[in-house]
Amino acid sequence: MRHLQLVGWLAVAVVLCALAIPWFLWDDARTVAGIPLWLWWHIGWMGLASVVFWLFSRRAWGLGIEPNGTTQTGNVTSGTGTGTDTDTGGDQP
Amino acid sequence: MTLALQLAIIVGYLVLALAIGLVAYRVADRTAEDFYLASRTFGTIVLLFTTFATLLSAFTFFAGPNIAYQQGPEWVLVMGLMDGIIFAILWYVIGYKQWLLGQNHGYVTLGEMLGDRFGATWFRGLVAGISLVWLFPYVMLQQVGAGTALTALTGGAIPYWAGAGLITVFMILYVVLAGMRGIAWTDTLQGAFMLVITWVALLWLLAVVGGPTSATAALEAEAAQHLALGSDYYTPQWMLSTAITIGFGVAMFPQVNQRFFAAGSRTVLKRSFALWPILCVLLFVPSFMIGAWARGLDVTIPEGGNVLPIVLAEYTPVWFAALVIAGAMAAMMSSSDSMLLSGSSYFTRDLYRPVLEYRSDIQSISAQREDFVARVGVVVFATASFLVSLVNPATLFELGDAAFSEFAQLALPVLVALYWRRTTRAGMTAGILASQLFYLASLFTAIVPSSYAGWTAGIVGMGLGLVGTVGVSLVTTPAADEERALYFDGLRAD
Repeated sequence: MRHLQLVGWLAVAVVLCALAIPWFLWDDARTVAGIPLWLWWHIGWMGLASVVFWLFSRRAWGLGIEPNGTTQTGNVTSGTGTGTDTDTGGDQP
Repeated sequence: MTLALQLAIIVGYLVLALAIGLVAYRVADRTAEDFYLASRTFGTIVLLFTTFATLLSAFTFFAGPNIAYQQGPEWVLVMGLMDGIIFAILWYVIGYKQWLLGQNHGYVTLGEMLGDRFGATWFRGLVAGISLVWLFPYVMLQQVGAGTALTALTGGAIPYWAGAGLITVFMILYVVLAGMRGIAWTDTLQGAFMLVITWVALLWLLAVVGGPTSATAALEAEAAQHLALGSDYYTPQWMLSTAITIGFGVAMFPQVNQRFFAAGSRTVLKRSFALWPILCVLLFVPSFMIGAWARGLDVTIPEGGNVLPIVLAEYTPVWFAALVIAGAMAAMMSSSDSMLLSGSSYFTRDLYRPVLEYRSDIQSISAQREDFVARVGVVVFATASFLVSLVNPATLFELGDAAFSEFAQLALPVLVALYWRRTTRAGMTAGILASQLFYLASLFTAIVPSSYAGWTAGIVGMGLGLVGTVGVSLVTTPAADEERALYFDGLRAD
């Protein structure tokens, strides 16, 4: 199951990289509202990437890195004595 | 009027930055970990914007729009892929793992993390040494850039050595005082400022010329080929090579890599990860489109001139154009101060301290003493790069220009080490040295070509590093003092 999940997310990452540049619009000079169509694709794609990254951070964060993959429970013990709760915290801007 | 205004805005910025530095100094602990990493306490906004502002140098304001003017706006796609997607993925794959290891073992530098795993102080020194060799000319380029800009701004009233010297003294003062916390706070202000000012500039310009449709019509009349995706300049091989090498190079650049250790929590890393693509598209689209549209407008760009300031001077009020120039200067400085701090940490922790411990048999140096040495390191690094810049060494300029591809050569061996237990010290050494030497040879000798069927030597070198690391690891056995489980078993969340 974990293995399948890993392969699935890897595939998603590859697709995100592969189509950030719309190769299928190569040499295309059409514009929509004064902006090249290929730039519209890119803008939309980056928005999609953000949503996908957000989903990943909600559902699969830790995949391939932490043995259990679940990060909702348990904290990493701090070897430096700086801060113990690693899920929350940080300076406020 | 313009000059006085521009100077006032720049001086105003410097004073504001110093004030922020003073506040940061007051709240700081006197330890090296606080000086270098703000004690690993960054929140989402600060981490996101400090990485963003550090990453973007004057390129976004000057060189980038210039290329869009001459060759078309396709650079937006390259920037989006490299920074918004590839770097974001590395933010998780390298960054999150590094952060966990830093939390567990207290690492401050990449060399420290690798040296611990591969059981050798010399290996730690090798990684730091290679990084410093590439970082030094890059810092020098920023000083040269800022010095030249000041000279140009004052019409030669401030000579180059004085301009660059002034910037250097300011940076030393600021970095020594503020440390990572102060730098990150000014970066945050600055990142937000750059974003806002670029959008205002774009909207202002479009309002004057009658909207995007007429701007594009003018561009089509002047250079129709710029609207079509791809050209002789923007080939698929070149776009991919550039995006991949720079994307991986960014993750190994000391000032960016070190920020992986500085996040306050896992949540901070998650949020910044998801926001990254949006932030990139929000900045790159306006700045590159201004450059691209400028081609169709009625402005003359002199040979070697920068498009953005000339267009803004033509279409927006003087004070606004001055504000954008100040923003660009600030962008240059925000990259330099972070590099200076990281350079100093690599030097003191990975080169100076191990040598001292070896020679004097001291097991560890007190936190206060290391904090002091770290600040001295900043002074030495900045002064040295300033002095060298006065001699105008051509070789160093070439190295500085290629810095991203050089750092990219480190990325794949590090990735292999992070995710494959079988990696050996011999494999790492072979992979790193082979790719570094290959890339250097492609820069400076005719024996190694710089292009392979349209692909760059940078990306071929990365492949060589990967093959070298994996191949040699497979045929060697690990040294007795290597800790093979360090990157795996230590990460259990309990």
